[in-house]
Amino acid sequence: MIPGEFTYHRPSSVAEAVAILASHGDEARPLSGGHSLIPMMKLRMAAPEHLVDLGGIADLKGIAEDGDTITVGAMTTQHELIGSDLLGARLPIIRETSLLIADPQIRYLGTLGGNVANGDPGNDMPALMQCLNAAYVLTGPDGAREVAAREFYEAAYFTALAPDEILTAVKIPVPPTGHGYAYEKLKRKVGDYATAAAAVVLTLSGGSVSTCSVALTNVADTPLYAEEAGSILTGSTLDADTVKRAVAAAEAITDPASDGRGPAEYRIKMAGIMLERALARAADRARG
Amino acid sequence: MNDMTPTREQREAALEGMGCKRKRVEDIRFTQGKGQYVDDLKLPGMVFGDFVRSPYAHAKVTKIDATEALKLPGVIAVLTAEDLKGVNLAWMPTLAGDVQMVLADGKVLYQNQEVAFVVAENRYIADDAIQLVEVEYEELPVLVDPFQSMAPDAPVLRPDLEGKMEGAHGPRKHHNHIFTWEVGDKDETSKAFAEADVTVKELISYHRTHPSPLETCQCVASMDKVKGELTVWGTFQAPHVIRTVASLLSTIPEHKIHVIAPDIGGGFGNKVGAYPGYICSIVASIVTGVPVKWVEDRMENLSTTSFARDYHMTTEIAAKSDGTVTGLKVHVLADHGGFDACADPSKWPAGFFNIVTGSYDFPAAHLEVDGVYTNKAPGGVAYRCSFRVTEAAYCIERGMDILAQKLGMDPADLRMKNFIKPEQFPYQSALGWEYDSGDYHTAMQKAMDTIGYRELRAEQKAKQEAFKRGETREIMGIGVSFFTEIVGAGPSKNCDILGVAMFDSAEIRVHPTGSVISRMGTKSQGQGHETTWAQIIATEIGIPAADIMVEEGNTDTAPYGLGTYGSRSTPVAGAAIALAARKIRNKAQMIAAHMLEVSEYDLEWDVDGFQVKGNPQARKAMKEIAWAAYHAPPPGMEPGLEAVSYYDPPNMTYPFGAYFCVMDIDVDTGVAKTRRFYALDDCGTRINPMIIEGQVHGGLTEAFAIAMGQEIRYDETGNVMGASFMDFFIPTAVETPHWETDYTVTPSPHHPIGAKGVGESPNVGGVPAFSNAVNDAFQFLGSTHIQMPHDAWRIWQAARDLGAHG
Ligand SMILES: Cc1cc2nc3c(=O)[nH]c(=O)nc-3n(C[C@H](O)[C@H](O)[C@H](O)COP(=O)(O)OP(=O)(O)OC[C@H]3O[C@@H](n4cnc5c(N)ncnc54)[C@H](O)[C@@H]3O)c2cc1C
Repeated sequence: MIPGEFTYHRPSSVAEAVAILASHGDEARPLSGGHSLIPMMKLRMAAPEHLVDLGGIADLKGIAEDGDTITVGAMTTQHELIGSDLLGARLPIIRETSLLIADPQIRYLGTLGGNVANGDPGNDMPALMQCLNAAYVLTGPDGAREVAAREFYEAAYFTALAPDEILTAVKIPVPPTGHGYAYEKLKRKVGDYATAAAAVVLTLSGGSVSTCSVALTNVADTPLYAEEAGSILTGSTLDADTVKRAVAAAEAITDPASDGRGPAEYRIKMAGIMLERALARAADRARG
Repeated sequence: MNDMTPTREQREAALEGMGCKRKRVEDIRFTQGKGQYVDDLKLPGMVFGDFVRSPYAHAKVTKIDATEALKLPGVIAVLTAEDLKGVNLAWMPTLAGDVQMVLADGKVLYQNQEVAFVVAENRYIADDAIQLVEVEYEELPVLVDPFQSMAPDAPVLRPDLEGKMEGAHGPRKHHNHIFTWEVGDKDETSKAFAEADVTVKELISYHRTHPSPLETCQCVASMDKVKGELTVWGTFQAPHVIRTVASLLSTIPEHKIHVIAPDIGGGFGNKVGAYPGYICSIVASIVTGVPVKWVEDRMENLSTTSFARDYHMTTEIAAKSDGTVTGLKVHVLADHGGFDACADPSKWPAGFFNIVTGSYDFPAAHLEVDGVYTNKAPGGVAYRCSFRVTEAAYCIERGMDILAQKLGMDPADLRMKNFIKPEQFPYQSALGWEYDSGDYHTAMQKAMDTIGYRELRAEQKAKQEAFKRGETREIMGIGVSFFTEIVGAGPSKNCDILGVAMFDSAEIRVHPTGSVISRMGTKSQGQGHETTWAQIIATEIGIPAADIMVEEGNTDTAPYGLGTYGSRSTPVAGAAIALAARKIRNKAQMIAAHMLEVSEYDLEWDVDGFQVKGNPQARKAMKEIAWAAYHAPPPGMEPGLEAVSYYDPPNMTYPFGAYFCVMDIDVDTGVAKTRRFYALDDCGTRINPMIIEGQVHGGLTEAFAIAMGQEIRYDETGNVMGASFMDFFIPTAVETPHWETDYTVTPSPHHPIGAKGVGESPNVGGVPAFSNAVNDAFQFLGSTHIQMPHDAWRIWQAARDLGAHG
């Protein structure tokens, strides 16, 4: 539980940080809240020689609304997400999800950027960002590019992020007022990653579903955008039969590991149950 | 009497003696982060030791090459078994009569076994060096399932024992067999089964778990080569025993070894034994001449130092059709891992598991325990219980529920019917114990009335109907548990550790000004001894607890004692304290008589001093007497006021209690919510009700954890799964249920103050209450027994297998 040796850098601008990353290649890693990276270093599962602390870069903080998009700076902590009135009003599912991450001590330090950039399928924000169809702003030596959350994740800890890029912000389209939402997470205890979790955002009109998007956490080696489940539900009245088909479609794309949270067969079923419960709560909210 | 004179009640209150909810004095430093733990110790020139550990569960070690590690600046030494052989310490004796490798001697027997000990200037360098030690392994077939240990073709785990068919506890039947322990009357029991109206039989397993104190095991060893003296600071629940063992192993004379246990952050049985880390640190300090610190990390603690349980108990009960039990038969398969390092009294290979007849009047019983080796870590410690008592309580309490189900009887009623009756105490059990006192019916009735037992059963019935009609996906369980413990090891006729009788001790010194220092052979790890021991003394000698300092853990100053575990401190040291205090009071009486110029027989004790019978105005307070003891003792009497007492208890004590758990289970996720938990404890005389309540809360929380998911699991290749707090279930305040506590008081007739001990009762009684609640919930769907731990996925599987998912 003792990390190897490393050099610590604390740049004050994104450009400076990117330059440090670029000059050290694979040997360097950005450091945000440190609550995923430092445990990995203590276990010597990660042994970066250079740590580039993003904590000194003022530009990476803050939450701003611009038309139908809310932009959240990468260094915004989970605690700040919970406290934001803007998010509370426009994207309340972010508060609901953040409150299910780890515990208050970790949320004071853990950041949105670190959570989505990490590439750990256990993190809760990636599936939520897929559900919301967010985009990540990645800044490298050649400037910034945007990658959709739904395109970002390749495998556990493998993402579209290049070693010399920093995820600087997350852009989230705001769902219409009156939308229904829910994040259902099954976990063994406070501070645990999900056995399975489901994010649902939907809108209703005249009793039937006009839009519905679904994503799942920790039931594969990446977060899962359950596109088919969403389309099965769209147009339905959320009758038991359709829900059952959607749940089956969602379960079909899962491929969880067997671990201390339970064998794969259990975690697959729990993905379905979480989806069913998230749908029911989201629909209730949409009905007002 | 003018109104300045305190009343008797005021004087009594000022003592904060027995029965007072005195606040824990140690919490002042603990809550301010001012405790002094082993890892807080920094000595000049101190270096650090850390282990190279085996990634394999069973393998030959063909080569250890430390060349690269030794080249790393700051690395001082790398010890291997070959080095330890030079000082005859490659292996060490265990408390259970086996031997254990200190460092891998040619092979490893479990994952994370200690292979080499790296000594470096600091922890970082030590950890870097570990990665540089090259070890070559040749994998061997792995034995994980204890039920396969004695298969004819099972791999030989212990070549060192090859051909040795006599072990420390009698004959061995197989190369992986450790012992068979048999108690009770086999023929009588068979007869009871032959004549029974009803019998039940079930394999009841109690999974492997771990005591997991927040502070892991650690030590600092410092050899002063000039004086030839060794000092070891460590997380020791039994410092004197460690000193004796260290002397026997190192051949350093015992008076030249100083063992000091500073503040300890929880023990729960984990810190009773001797571990390779202690031996290696001592050897490294002898070799290097500087102090060596060794601190386990969490994974090392969970995966190597002393697991608990792993008992597989085939349980059979015979009964009449009216529910009267007539016989009990238990066979235990005990998984001891790679070495038999159980921390039991030496002659008790399965601890006091023969308390398995529980609170019931079994006319006949027979017990057989087979201990076997597997490729798992050694241990088998009493995790917050007296030796194997929680296993026994779980076995009989599940068994009684299974019998009740077969008979179609209510489980609480079945227990009531079979309880040992108050007039049967002292009670001789069929498996050899003499229960000191009990009033089980009163306790059970009080518990049932308080919790509203019959109403809960009615509610459960209604819920079951609603479930069957498809109106709810939730089912309800009511867990009943009535336990009898056996604690206070122990009488010298029964118990010793490596030949040392299991007495305990106290020394009390009253200073001239009437304040007190007292020292005991026990060692608190959070139990609050500094608070409660002072309360016993306060009541016995009439000096306020606030003026009494309690000190434990330093073998140079404390009288020899066997330490703290198995709820033995109050039954054994608590008695020694009372008796030492009474010696002081007796001497004080003589001094007071001299001061008052009366015969000592004319005096009577009154709260905090002696008064002349019939003339209470003529009195001497204890403080005045203390001064006189040093200033002007009676002619011919030795000055001073102090006493030592060594107490060899005449019997164990038998605390008991009635626990009820009400649980709601979501069959679709397997998530179980404890709605209510009621714990009635009878621990005899209650020294500090607030500390008792705290102990019960802590013990119930651990019981909840164990029953609902706390497990050390191995995969089929012997990889230890989830040995971190991510997976190993330590509940937070959020998961922990609300506890309702209650009590009755049935003093122990043979204990000087009637106290029985309580620290472990909640773990012993709690685990069956939780497990019975889960099992009770599923009974109406046709289930008889669901194995622990009851984590959500296992409950879900049980629900699925019973057809509850449609
Ligand atoms: C006990 C415990 C329980 C937890 N439980 C949960 C949980 O239930 N759900 C959950 O979602 N999370 C959980 N976490 C993780 C926690 O939320 C982390 O804080 C979060 O995942 C990572 O954020 P961070 O800011 O700490 O990132 P860091 O640990 O600093 O970094 C994580 C990774 O992302 C990279 N990185 C960080 N920031 C950037 C950036 N801006 N651009 C590019 N790369 C970057 C780092 O190089 C590193 O590889 C838990 C953590 C702990 C210790």
